[in-house]
Amino acid sequence: MIDEIQLEKLQSVAGKIRKHIVEMTHAAKSGHPGGSMSMADIITHLYFKWMNIDPKQPKKEDRDIFVLCKGHAAPALYSAMAVRGFFPEEELKTLRQVGSRLQGHPDKNAIPGIEMSTGSLGQGLSASVGMSLALKLDKKPNRVYAVLGDGELQEGQVWEAAMSAAHYKCDNLCAFIDNNKLQIDGAIEDIMGIDPIADKFRAFGWEVFEIDGHCFQDIDDALVKADSIKGKPVAIVADTVKGKGVSFMEGQLCFHGAPCNDDQKVEACSELDKINGVCGC
Amino acid sequence: MLESAATRDHYAKALIALGETNKDVVVLDADLSCSTRTAKFAAKFPDRFFNAGIAEQNLIGMAAGLACMGKTVFASSFSMFVTGRPWEQIRNSICYPRLNVKICATHAGITVGEDGASHQALEDITLMRVLPNMKVLVPADAIEAETMVKYVADQPGPYYVRMSRGATPLVFDVENFKFELGKNNVLREGLDVAIMACGIMVKLSLDAAEVLKKDHNINAAVVNVSSIKPMDEDNVCAMAKKTGAIVTAEEHTVVGGMGSAVAEVVIKTCPVPMEMLGVEGVFGESGKPNELLEKHNLTVDGIVNKALAVISRK
Repeated sequence: MIDEIQLEKLQSVAGKIRKHIVEMTHAAKSGHPGGSMSMADIITHLYFKWMNIDPKQPKKEDRDIFVLCKGHAAPALYSAMAVRGFFPEEELKTLRQVGSRLQGHPDKNAIPGIEMSTGSLGQGLSASVGMSLALKLDKKPNRVYAVLGDGELQEGQVWEAAMSAAHYKCDNLCAFIDNNKLQIDGAIEDIMGIDPIADKFRAFGWEVFEIDGHCFQDIDDALVKADSIKGKPVAIVADTVKGKGVSFMEGQLCFHGAPCNDDQKVEACSELDKINGVCGC
Repeated sequence: MLESAATRDHYAKALIALGETNKDVVVLDADLSCSTRTAKFAAKFPDRFFNAGIAEQNLIGMAAGLACMGKTVFASSFSMFVTGRPWEQIRNSICYPRLNVKICATHAGITVGEDGASHQALEDITLMRVLPNMKVLVPADAIEAETMVKYVADQPGPYYVRMSRGATPLVFDVENFKFELGKNNVLREGLDVAIMACGIMVKLSLDAAEVLKKDHNINAAVVNVSSIKPMDEDNVCAMAKKTGAIVTAEEHTVVGGMGSAVAEVVIKTCPVPMEMLGVEGVFGESGKPNELLEKHNLTVDGIVNKALAVISRK
């Protein structure tokens, strides 16, 4: 259970992360705010409550591993890492600039704590399976957490990886699906339908939990249950809203791959300041 | 002493030796482990062998993940399927993050034989050498293959090692062979033309040099270019200066392969006439390996003719 104090803290951090996402993509005049904001609550829970990580020792032996398979949501990862203390929050405004460590998509060698370079969709889950195999081989207790986009599930490699994770009984691997239902060309169901997501993963041999991806209690419950699953990997299909947290960005395709303009940025920040976190429950 | 051996058999010998001394060595394959010989490692170290099944993109991705966690990863399949199918995975999941993955391919080139064009990788050297951070090696024989595999295991970062299906005559002596990255071996000195070869074409080039001497009184140097990337630029330039004419010979397309890599050095350091022997930008076909080599002039005569042609252009 998440107590009220924890809930308040997580909501406040998620609000801060969303504001960073709006501001950094606005400053860069490019980037992907919509899909960053849809996974803001998931990454907040992982980085501020769940995962065993230490910004002072980003490579410590017993750390949990996070892989942002949907690498275009880098602003969410960078914001979470900065607020958690991996690097100064000030650096966030260098996103996508020449010479910046904050590349448009995550670069493993740029900042300690980024576990894998991602951005080309479909590749992160395979790497997560490899990490899981290495940890199991060494009999280590660390766990691997991956976040995939729902549109990303259109990549065939995801299903090669899903097959292998079940085959090798990767029960130290937990993959969130950020199911915000939009991809760059339109609604997923119009472009290339991928439903039923949960049934597909079940058919591939995974344990599946379906949650509200903006509810910290739901996220927490699913992670607790995932920890106890033995002999197979876990998929957490998170029902989310693209652009979550700013009224005029929610469910809007235009914010998939484009930032707020100057006026929208001011409005978005003022909304985020008012609500200070957007947990739906 | 052996007279001929398959590079893939000595790859397996090297893997087993590595498996015994380094517990972080893991091996992956994509359902061709009997053919690539990684099955021999699997039999000895079952916990450290992972079969990806017929799924090369995931093979490369899993290799990347294992390398992220500190493993020294060997990933194998036929050259066609481990370089062509997952090229973008190799680029973005291995080369960009500079991960410690050694892609060791077998069944490269036209000597795959009867399986035909779909299985004959003739573009893999090109595909791999254009990738930043990737190093590209082609052993001339089984002795070099074994030494090379042991060498790359100790080096950080991505490597591509290209091996063949069939047994080929040995060029090197086990006793005194040492592989050096970025160093060409001059196997025969000569002042009239330099034949720069890789893989199975090295032995044929030595034979061609004999013919050139005997029938044409031409003194040909023969150089083993097993380190295609990094390329031994000093040696290429020195050979160009010394002989004034270069022939390259490879069992691979002439488009972007080893010959192109040599030419890139020659044109910027010491321009001299060059001829490139290889497959002329076409697909292979089914047939016996030797018949296919004949058809594409990848023979002693083919090399001799290129040498005569380049000398006439001096």
